[in-house]
Amino acid sequence: MLDFDTGKYAVYVWPAYGVTLLVFVVMIAASLNHSRRWRRRAEELKAGPERDAAE
Amino acid sequence: MIPAPAFLSNPERFMAFSRWAAPLLGLIATGLAVAGLWLGFAAPEDYQQGDTVRVMFIHVPAAWMGMFVYVCLGGASFLALVFRHALADAAALAAAPLGAAFTALALITGSLWGRPMWGTWWVWDARLTSVLVMFLFYLAYMALRGALDDEAKAARAGAILALVGLVNLPVVHFSVNWWNTLHQGATVMAKGGPKMAAVFLTPLLLMGLAYMAAFGALWLVRIRGEVWRRRAEAALSRLARA
Repeated sequence: MLDFDTGKYAVYVWPAYGVTLLVFVVMIAASLNHSRRWRRRAEELKAGPERDAAE
Repeated sequence: MIPAPAFLSNPERFMAFSRWAAPLLGLIATGLAVAGLWLGFAAPEDYQQGDTVRVMFIHVPAAWMGMFVYVCLGGASFLALVFRHALADAAALAAAPLGAAFTALALITGSLWGRPMWGTWWVWDARLTSVLVMFLFYLAYMALRGALDDEAKAARAGAILALVGLVNLPVVHFSVNWWNTLHQGATVMAKGGPKMAAVFLTPLLLMGLAYMAAFGALWLVRIRGEVWRRRAEAALSRLARA
């Protein structure tokens, strides 16, 4: 049985879980954005000369 | 059979491997975290710590990861410095923000546990101070990498700084043995086995594995980003020359 009632320590326990969740969300979003942004840029730069050559 | 580091040192092979390994590790991390949190909130209160024991399930793995990621940063920096391997440098650069985030989490959640248990948010004892020093090494590494325009010089300077910071790791680990600290001594990796009941140890280890898998997934994603960035910058310089 799950027990989410942390009693008088709730003021310490839940902020600890909240900060952890927030940091993980930021880490995941920042890592995916960084990767996607540079992938898009690299593909644009690669496609540019190839397009020019084809024209 | 090709050893794993040699296999992954080829950027093309690394990109093909990380394309499926990163999401797989992400799924494994999610599954382990759900199981760890489930068992963590099903566990009874600790007879001394009460419900604050639940902070341990997120604090201790963050502290482990802070150290583990620094070992990865140091190892990758060594390979980049000695063998001038671009992918090793990308791995070092990609590890630093993740290590800083895990160390910051360890400091913040530790403080939130310390206030009710020790009666203080912070104390300048050897364990807490050495972890803070490790956090500052992460920040210094990132600041140094960002401050120098010449990427080769930045990589070399950053690698030297990362290697200097490795000296701090034994201090972090053994501080509770070498000095009289408010922070408790080794509990999980104690001589003679863990000094913790299985009802707490199981969720703690599951969460440790979840953090490790999450780091693996995010590290691969960030290295992939670095590889793309370098390809984009190489393409830009080719265009500038043409």
